[in-house]
Order: sequence, then C-alpha cells, then structure tokens
Amino acid sequence: MATKFHEGPYLEIYSALTETELELPLISFDLSAGFPSPALDFIDISIDLNKHLIKRPSATYFGRVRGESMCNAGINDGDLVVIDRSIEPTDGKIAVCFIDGEFTLKRIKIDKTGLWLMPENDKYQPIKIEEHNEFAIWGVVTYIIKKAQ
Amino acid sequence: MFALVDCNNFYASCERVFRPDLNGKPVVVLSNNDGCVIARSNEAKALGIPMGAPAFEYQPIFEQHEVHVFSSNFALYGDMSQRVMSIVAEFCPDYEVYSIDEIFLNFKGFQRFDLQKVCLEMKKKVFRWTGIPISIGIAPTKSLAKVANKIAKKFPEKTHGVYHMATEEQRIKALKWLKVEDIWGIGKQFAQKLLKIGVRTAFDFTNLPATWVAKNMTIIGLRLQKDLQGKPILDLELPQARKNIATTRTFEKPYTTFEEVKERVITFAALCAEKLRKQKSLCNALMVFIHTNYHRNDLPQYSKSAVISLPFPTNSTLEIAHFANLALKKIYADGYQYKKAGVIVMDFVQENCVQKNLFENSNEKHSALMKTIDQIHQKFGAHKVRLGTQDLKRIWKMKQENLSPCYTTKLSDVITIHCK
Repeated sequence: MATKFHEGPYLEIYSALTETELELPLISFDLSAGFPSPALDFIDISIDLNKHLIKRPSATYFGRVRGESMCNAGINDGDLVVIDRSIEPTDGKIAVCFIDGEFTLKRIKIDKTGLWLMPENDKYQPIKIEEHNEFAIWGVVTYIIKKAQ
Repeated sequence: MFALVDCNNFYASCERVFRPDLNGKPVVVLSNNDGCVIARSNEAKALGIPMGAPAFEYQPIFEQHEVHVFSSNFALYGDMSQRVMSIVAEFCPDYEVYSIDEIFLNFKGFQRFDLQKVCLEMKKKVFRWTGIPISIGIAPTKSLAKVANKIAKKFPEKTHGVYHMATEEQRIKALKWLKVEDIWGIGKQFAQKLLKIGVRTAFDFTNLPATWVAKNMTIIGLRLQKDLQGKPILDLELPQARKNIATTRTFEKPYTTFEEVKERVITFAALCAEKLRKQKSLCNALMVFIHTNYHRNDLPQYSKSAVISLPFPTNSTLEIAHFANLALKKIYADGYQYKKAGVIVMDFVQENCVQKNLFENSNEKHSALMKTIDQIHQKFGAHKVRLGTQDLKRIWKMKQENLSPCYTTKLSDVITIHCK
C-alpha cells in the first residue's frame, strides 16, 4: 500500500520535497531477461501527490506565505499552502482571509465575543473582525508544503 | 427541461476572485493586444462603457472613474471555466459546454426534483468553490432557457440568479418582454425583416404563421419558432472537434519583404499544426492569406489568398509549414506594405482513420518528432523548439500591459498571503 499522508502533525509534510505533479512508481526493481515478473501487472500503481493533497480539484488553489505570524503552527515564510474553498471555515480552522485589501493567513476563532483571527506567534496580536472591516474568508488551508532545506 | 448556466461578467469576475479588493468597483478586461473592452463588471456597465469600446478612446473615462483595466489572461479564464463546468456537470450528466462561460444542461429524468432548488444549490456551490457568480435559466427548451437566463440576470433581487420558466403564463410573459432582436440566434437580417412587418417581441414572432417563417426565414427560423413555442427542437450538441483552425495576426509594423512575411506565415502554420495535434486531427487543405492595411488609402492596396489541397493528410509542423510556404510564394507580390497574414487549415480527418495514399504519404517519422516537440513545449513553455525558418529571437509581442498573474496555472504566480 502507498504511504498514507497524515493530516498532521507536520512531520510527513516536512519530509515531502516533491512538487505536487510528481508521480513516483510504487514498484520498481531491476528486470532480468527471461521470465516476466508477475509484479509487472501492478507497475501502474503509483503515488500521485495530487490525489492525496487535493481532494476537490475544482475548489483547490495554492498560495505563497509571506511572513512569520503563523510560525507556531509550522507555517513559515516561503511555504506553499494548499487551499480548499469547499471546506466550511469553522472555529479552529486555518484559513486564508481577505481583510482590508490583502490576503492573510490566520486561525479562525469564533466565540461569544465574535469572530477573531488568531496568529500563532506571540509577537502578533489577535484581530477582532469589526463591522467596518472589509472582510471575507477566502478558503481553508488543508496542507502546507515546504522545502526541507 | 433545459437549463442554461451563464457566468456573470465572466472575465471580470475571474480577475476579482483573486483581487477581492475590486469587489464593488468598476473592472474591465481588454481584448488581445489591449485593443477593446471585452468584459465589464456591473459597475463598469453602469458608467456607460459599452462592449467593444476602444481602449485608447476610453482611457480618460477609465482614469476619471478609477476603472481597473486588465489585459486578457486566458490561462486564468480557461482554468476557472473548467472549474465551473466540472462543478455544474456534477449536478446533471447531460450537458453541452456552449462557450467559455456558458453551459446547457438537459434535466431529463429530473421530474421528481425541484429544479429551482437544485439550481440554487448549484449556484451556491459554484460561488463558494470558485468565487464566480452565475445565473441560471430553466425552461422547456434551449432557446427558452436562454430567455429565462436573461430574466435571471436582469432581475437578480427577484430571482436570486435562478429563474424557472415553469408555466405557460410565464413563457408568454417572458416572450412579450423579449425584443425580437434579442432572440438568441435570430441574426440582424431576420430581425430587420421581422421589425419591418411589425413583429416587435419574441411573442409576436411565435404567433407568426409557420408557413411565413419557413418561407422567409428558412428552416433555421422555423426551428427557432418551435423552440420558443415550448416544443423542444434544439437538442444538446455533443462536443465536436473544430472543423477548421485559423491563426491570423496583424503585424505590429508593416512588412515589405518576402522573408519577413514568410517568417510570420511559417510561425502561424506551426501554431495551426500544434492545434491540430491537440485535437488529434489531420488537415487535407490549407489556406494562406496576406493583405495590406485597408485603412491606408494613400498606399497601394493588395490582398490575396491561396488554398492548397494537400497530397496527403497531415498535422506535422514541417509539412504544414512547407505547404504554407508554397502557398505564400504563389500569392506574394513585391512592392506592398503588408499588415496582416493568416493560415487556415481545413478539411480534417481524425488521426485514427487516415486513408493511406499509394504514392505519397505524410512522413511517418514526423509523428514521433512532433510528439517530442509537443512534450518539450508542455514542459519548458511554448515556442521553445522552432523551425529554422522561424525567427528565434522573436518573442511573443502581444501588448499586455495590465496582465494579471496566472494565479491558478503557474506556481510562481499563486496568490501571496501575508502573515503579519
């Protein structure tokens, strides 16, 4: 069976050095002349990261992260995030939000006091969404893709 | 029941998805070469900017009203269109993609469903997944679905973007509202003919005697009349490979030598060949045309075209370029300033049903070579491999001053998200 990609913690994603289009053959070994290997029948089974990282292609977009306000969630400057617009942006989800003219990445917090955008870095302050803000939740982040070095 | 799904101000809406700051602001998209307006947001429409408005003429209005102007970004629109279509297709298996922003659905067997509800859900899903607003018209026939769509778009507060023409009263009311010249596919000539005999609305048209329509508007008019009467005549059309492919361009400056024109014609031929291979067709004939600038009365005018019937069907860049060059040699004349040229390939056969010629055939080695070239282009970008007769230094010179990033198709162009 192919390696299962966990939704978290981030360790597996850290180790993924691959572009999402890369297809890797699951079975590969040297072939000897003569008797055909019965495993050849299964050679077309491969790991396609698109299938694992993208559940709904029509709703999936990519974004590039700039800044460190989400570093404690394992999201750093330069990371590529997979965004799924079909997912309901509920409390606790990390979402791409549009606020006052730009895209920002924050964890959504919904409580009695209202809607909050929570950073994951002590140096940054939570933002409370007020009436006057030009605000929209654009999509929910499903995966973070980063280069290991 | 048929439905027509139409994306609202599609190109402008695509731009806005990735620039939410432009919501509620006037946005226009310009044609290739930034020539004229081909899409307008509602705010731009409200400013009185017409479809086809020349960009240079409207520049002062753009500036005065802070209209956001985009060059057309077809990589983006094509990708967004595919997303919308695939979401819509999930709701109904019988569909016909009619254009980049329109799709017909045939709700055959949906009698037990509340179509209004299905379509509202579809609209919601498309908007949520893609950010593109759509309008949907539901009616017993295709041309009535087009009318219903118009109503959905015209009265968004009342219809919420979905209009179901369910009853006979609704059909009559809609047709009385629709001007005869706005009937889908009526054409200018027929519309004028109808206006002349006092037919003003679509309803008037449906009440004309069939014999008059058949006599004056051919079978096409008759079909349209029946369809508008609510008797389905027009069915979904299955996607067909295109029947001819044209690559034509206006030169950015006048050309006066054979070599200059030849370089362009060979390039257009190569583009045609590539498009042919994409749809797995081969052509049996090609046409090359050249002409001078019609607007320059002070200069000698020349315009000529030639059609070459090929000895064998082909989609090889080398062969099509060779024959295009022969055609150009036939028509080229010295002493003129050429402004435009084009190559049109036609009379197609499909790759898998080619009849071999006894004496002359397409070089079989080409097909492997072309495959390799196409793969190189896919991997490293268009126009990396060219014929010796093409200009290697020449790069795409389309004027695209306000091109938006290819947010969805290029990794280097994805949206930037600020973590601050």
